Amino acid sequence: MTIAARFYVDRGAFVLDVDVQLPSRGVTALFGKSGSGKTTILRCMAGLEQPDKGHVVFNGEVWQDAERFVPPHQRRIGYVFQEASLFPHLTARGNLRYGWKRTPLAERRIDEDEIVALLDIEPLLGRYPDQLSGGERQRVALGRAMLTSPSLLLLDEPLSALDRERKREILPYLERLRDELAMPMLYVSHSHDEVIRLADHLVLIEDGRVQANGPLAEVLVRTDLSLSADAEASVMIEAEIVEHDEQWHLSRLVFSGGELWVPRSEYAPGHSVRVRVHARDVSLTLEKASGTSINNLIHATVTSVVELEAPTHALVRLDANGTSLLARITRRSSHLLGLEPGRTVWAQIKSMALLD
Amino acid sequence: MLLPQDLTALWITLKLASISTVILIVLCVPLAWWLAHTRSRAKTLVEAMVTLPLVLPPTVIGFYLLLLLGPHGFVGGFLERIGVGHLAFSFSGLVIGSMIYSLPFVVQPLQNAFASTGTRVLEAAATLRARPVDRFLTVSLPLARRGFLTASVLSFAHTLGEFGVIIMLGGNIPGRTQVASVAIYNHVESMNFAAAHNLALVLVVMSFSMLLAVYVINRRFKVVGVAS
Repeated sequence: MTIAARFYVDRGAFVLDVDVQLPSRGVTALFGKSGSGKTTILRCMAGLEQPDKGHVVFNGEVWQDAERFVPPHQRRIGYVFQEASLFPHLTARGNLRYGWKRTPLAERRIDEDEIVALLDIEPLLGRYPDQLSGGERQRVALGRAMLTSPSLLLLDEPLSALDRERKREILPYLERLRDELAMPMLYVSHSHDEVIRLADHLVLIEDGRVQANGPLAEVLVRTDLSLSADAEASVMIEAEIVEHDEQWHLSRLVFSGGELWVPRSEYAPGHSVRVRVHARDVSLTLEKASGTSINNLIHATVTSVVELEAPTHALVRLDANGTSLLARITRRSSHLLGLEPGRTVWAQIKSMALLD
Repeated sequence: MLLPQDLTALWITLKLASISTVILIVLCVPLAWWLAHTRSRAKTLVEAMVTLPLVLPPTVIGFYLLLLLGPHGFVGGFLERIGVGHLAFSFSGLVIGSMIYSLPFVVQPLQNAFASTGTRVLEAAATLRARPVDRFLTVSLPLARRGFLTASVLSFAHTLGEFGVIIMLGGNIPGRTQVASVAIYNHVESMNFAAAHNLALVLVVMSFSMLLAVYVINRRFKVVGVAS
């Protein structure tokens, strides 16, 4: 079950040249700076743009090769644009039903009531797009795409036109589509937060080329990529909630490398969550610190030390019993601690974000 | 009161305006669509040609059409040979003349309407499984309805006021090619100012109420959310 895609687009100043195999389940993020070509890849995938040379095979079904070019309306995809592109002359309900009506009966797997409930859009159905807020429009656009029962949902930075609050309002709905409908998604984004929260698989795009392609947790900790040199560099840890501490308003999580205390989660014990840890929030000690204000101390082994482009900093990659961590420290500290592969250390995590 | 021949002239005017507007709209949809979406260099040339009737003296348009459609003209001569008959001094000739005369008034609103719809909603429709014709009918047309309304009314009203092209091409045959504007001219020539006044007033009232209707309707559309 894979998507094989190869695109070559030459626009003079910009050349896109990619050849990737992607899983056709779960959420795959196409991640890169604006202008890196990720949106072009998505548009070629949908058939909205015809690359100079290209080839797309989705689960064995050829969408494009040397002879064929299946137009977008025959590809069984859903597409959500950066800014909602609802039909202004139709109500939210009319928009939702537009694609649904054009989907053959035998292919309909998702019905209107299900989507309306899942996205909480019941009160919006009678309104026209210009009577909806940006976030509401994007929810209707998401529902409209889902109602064609697509085999693959393509999302082009669906949250980038929204402010922080609206983003926070939509993200849970995307998670519900991922978890409750098991909808395979290709998600274009330049936001670390969105990617770490949603994606299972990460494709890193730079200057029209694929720099990395693999499971999210693995790509995030690669020290040879621009991703880890970034001040936003972080790792994703999958952990399980074990208990809540009501007195201090904390929750205890366990993961393969030990346990973590985080601000109290609203989820019940047993729920698995994603935790984002920035490399800049991890410091290292040789001995387990006592009398420290930091709650989270993880015993780990250094696997590599890389000097970053900034002349002051180094990136240390650690292994905590199968879970990788990154620590961004000064080169001076690295030298003073004598850090080298194989050395065991204590990683102190100053703060982290609980994402689910 | 209007004289019987004035009523006839008015009837011919309305018939001419309706027929030429309907045919013109149908023919201009593909042209306006092409102009709104093409990146071809020919676009500028075509746009200039489409706008030409706006600036040419109507007598110039009428003069060339007379040469073209008359018994010895390229088109008229051909029609003579196949037995249809030439088009000068005929109602059909007037329809062709009116269409050319009102061309810019139809193409421009339609072109603007198609261009302002943008390609994004059409792409969205494509990903929602709509075929190209379906996309045109269910997205482009409804979103361009203000353009259609404007184009129809402008073309109709413009044809009501047509004079120069008709006098050159259609002559002044009562009951066949004599339209209201020409009838008014005749009344003034024969110093019958009362008859000229009556007919002129009818044209003023008709034209004004049509334009008023367009503005009112366009405002209502806006409220429903179709603007931009």
